[in-house]
Amino acid sequence: MRILGLAGRRLAASIPTLILILIGMFLLLQFAPGDTVDAMMAQMGGGDAATAKDLRKFYGLDVSIPAQLGNYLWRLVRLDLGFSSIYGKPVASVIIERLPPTILLMTASLSFAFFFGLLFGVIAARGVNRWPDTLISTLGLVFYATPSFWFGLMAIVVFSVYLQWLPPGGFEDIGTVQTGIWRVLGIASHLVLPTLTLGLIFLAIYLRIMRASMLEVLNLDYVRTARAKGLDETRVVTRHVLRNALLPMVTLIGLQAGTMLGGSVVVESVFSLPGLGRLAYESVVQRDLNTLLGIVFVSALLVITVNFVVDLIYARLDPRITAGG
Amino acid sequence: MDLTRIEINRRTALLTSAAIAANVINPMRAFAQETPRKGGVFNVHYGAEQRQLNPSIQASTGVYIIGGKIQENLVDLDAKGQPVGVLAESWEAAPDGKTITFKLRKGVTWHDGKPFTSADVEFTAMNMWKKILNYGSTLQLFLTAVETPDAHTAIFKYDRPMPLNLLLRALPDLGYISAKHLYESGDIRQNPTNLSPVGTGPFKFVKYERGQYVIADRNENYWRPNAPYLDRIVWRVITDRSAAAAQMEAGELHCSPFSGLTISDLARLGKDKRFIVSTKGNEGNARTNTLEFNFRRKELSDVRVRRAIAHAINVPFFIDNFLGDFAKLGTGPIPSTSTDFYPGADTPQYPYDKAKAAALLDEAGFKAGSGGTRFPLKLLPAPWGEDISLWSTFIQQSLQEIGIPVEIVRNDGGGFLKQVYDEHAFDLATGWHQYRNDPAVSTTVWYRSGQPKGAPWTNQWGWEDKAIDKTIDDAATEVDPAKRKALYARFVKEVNTELPVWMPIEQIFVTTITAKARNHSNTPRWGSSSWHDLWLSA
Repeated sequence: MRILGLAGRRLAASIPTLILILIGMFLLLQFAPGDTVDAMMAQMGGGDAATAKDLRKFYGLDVSIPAQLGNYLWRLVRLDLGFSSIYGKPVASVIIERLPPTILLMTASLSFAFFFGLLFGVIAARGVNRWPDTLISTLGLVFYATPSFWFGLMAIVVFSVYLQWLPPGGFEDIGTVQTGIWRVLGIASHLVLPTLTLGLIFLAIYLRIMRASMLEVLNLDYVRTARAKGLDETRVVTRHVLRNALLPMVTLIGLQAGTMLGGSVVVESVFSLPGLGRLAYESVVQRDLNTLLGIVFVSALLVITVNFVVDLIYARLDPRITAGG
Repeated sequence: MDLTRIEINRRTALLTSAAIAANVINPMRAFAQETPRKGGVFNVHYGAEQRQLNPSIQASTGVYIIGGKIQENLVDLDAKGQPVGVLAESWEAAPDGKTITFKLRKGVTWHDGKPFTSADVEFTAMNMWKKILNYGSTLQLFLTAVETPDAHTAIFKYDRPMPLNLLLRALPDLGYISAKHLYESGDIRQNPTNLSPVGTGPFKFVKYERGQYVIADRNENYWRPNAPYLDRIVWRVITDRSAAAAQMEAGELHCSPFSGLTISDLARLGKDKRFIVSTKGNEGNARTNTLEFNFRRKELSDVRVRRAIAHAINVPFFIDNFLGDFAKLGTGPIPSTSTDFYPGADTPQYPYDKAKAAALLDEAGFKAGSGGTRFPLKLLPAPWGEDISLWSTFIQQSLQEIGIPVEIVRNDGGGFLKQVYDEHAFDLATGWHQYRNDPAVSTTVWYRSGQPKGAPWTNQWGWEDKAIDKTIDDAATEVDPAKRKALYARFVKEVNTELPVWMPIEQIFVTTITAKARNHSNTPRWGSSSWHDLWLSA
């Protein structure tokens, strides 16, 4: 299939990008003052110089920076992400532990934002400049302008402290062992508030894009033709407009998959979720180079995968893309 | 590792209803006559995850808060702040101060069933305290050997006299024992036991899920009769302070030790009857806010300038308006909570006096130039704690008024330590000095010259005073407690005169705990202690 060839070429092109990102990250972190031993000393509340020297040797920080970079890249070629200095185990297993909450949160809030963004976007576009449009647009703007930590904390205060409907944080219940469907429901109840918090911000963007895109497509000639054919408005929107108006939305998903990985640090902290964002933040503060580079590597892979899928969806939505090569 | 559901059994249910009945009949009586209730899960806020949990190789509250319930120390502090035996039953020092003998508790077993013996003490002291433990390596610098004539005697041999009082006050923090049989082979730092600790303490490690929680269960074979009361302790990792406060309110957390919440949440929850917010039980974890001067700046090497800066800052105003009840005016490096060494406030002090500050600066030759500016300074605040951030802004505004514009340069933890204590790229720095029950543990290093470059929280000011060095050295090896106290009083007087570091605010950590908890905050280092007597009322 031509589309697969196209996507394959793009996949190949992303490999040099990935290597550049990794080297860039490595060098950037060298500019940050202090290394992982300084960070560890900070955490311990003190120590002597001999201990520090010992620890530097232990973490392999006693060789020059180019040598450290060389060592790292050589390990990466062998698919070895190295050893995490804060977690005391291989980076690969540290990241694998953190992936499920991140991916769950990301998919849930992206789906939430996409679905409701689409729905409200269509409603707003159909009632453009009338009260549904004004109401939706204003609310969207409010959500977009609200900082996520505040939103999260308020959600905890209302739904966990006062109403006591939902758990205030964590990924699942600790006190009890749950299996099967109960565990799934338990995790789901823990994810409701974080998903809403993260999703509401993105919802506003999807909503605006969908509205604008609908309005644009609604004015195209073929829509006039469809109307002239005597189709009713609902059929015009669902059969003719929606599919074409969806293209920018799908583009946005590809772009925002990356943003969400990074943007969830705040939400993960507020809701005490063990996700990748918080891990990345801690790795920077602790100067844990291996873990940080590992996260960058995995995130880059995730973003590349999402974009690959987006390419495939494009082709389905708009056959002209495949035809044009 | 099964996490079985904690069922409320019939007995607990009965006890609960009895307690409720008692409360209804006579609520005033309930507190005094309560008998300790067994059972319950205690949920604790854990703000900053550490790299490992073994207190024998890392002295920090973040480790004690968990490891201190699982592993035990030779000696701890009792309610009055006096040393009390834990794994050691008694101790004795030879008159020359070079030999200290500990008699160890008998019939104590590790969580894996092996007996605890003097070999464990010998191994831990020589391989962990002396070689790896921060502060321990300085404290035990002159430790040459630990002799073990029998399984329950450990004789510490020193090259230079070791004051018994110093050792006994240091050991609560720096005296945790690890099991030799688990550590004798391989690299101690990489030993997996560090993340699944095995000890002799009241709670047995169950599970550590990084980024989420740590669980420890009651040790059924604990050596203290009837202890512990709790079935389980769960430490929940919550990095966001406001979220932790919300979880306290939602009842998901029972305790947030070591000032884990924001200052405003502490004040708010303090008014809530469901919680107790207090500095009690943290007297052994006193800290002072510092102002550190870099003598490499010629202006700051003049003692008149340092005194002028101190006079220009209205500390009581700052405490009243920003820190509230949880802080008080400091008088020097030894805080007033240190009953054994506090020399009183009769040492040189620098009360707020803007005119005097200006006069001192004029006298030192730094007259105000055009626009009233004398010279600019760069201030590096440490990133631990909102009080430091507030304090640095307050310093900036205060010094602006006497013609010293201050630029605040913020870093994260690693960056701060590197720039201040290694690269010396600061004019002023501010952070916390932790006082650990005896000035020789972690206080005098702030003043003693000859500290290796890069050692955090030590004298990196480019300042040296032979007389003060001598006072410090004499005090560290003086075996007579009264003479030692007098030497430290002289030390405070001398450093308050020279003022290489100013320590004008005393703070004690704040514990926030549910009002249902009993036997809490009953020792000076309660947050770090083993919690063997802690229980939850129904």
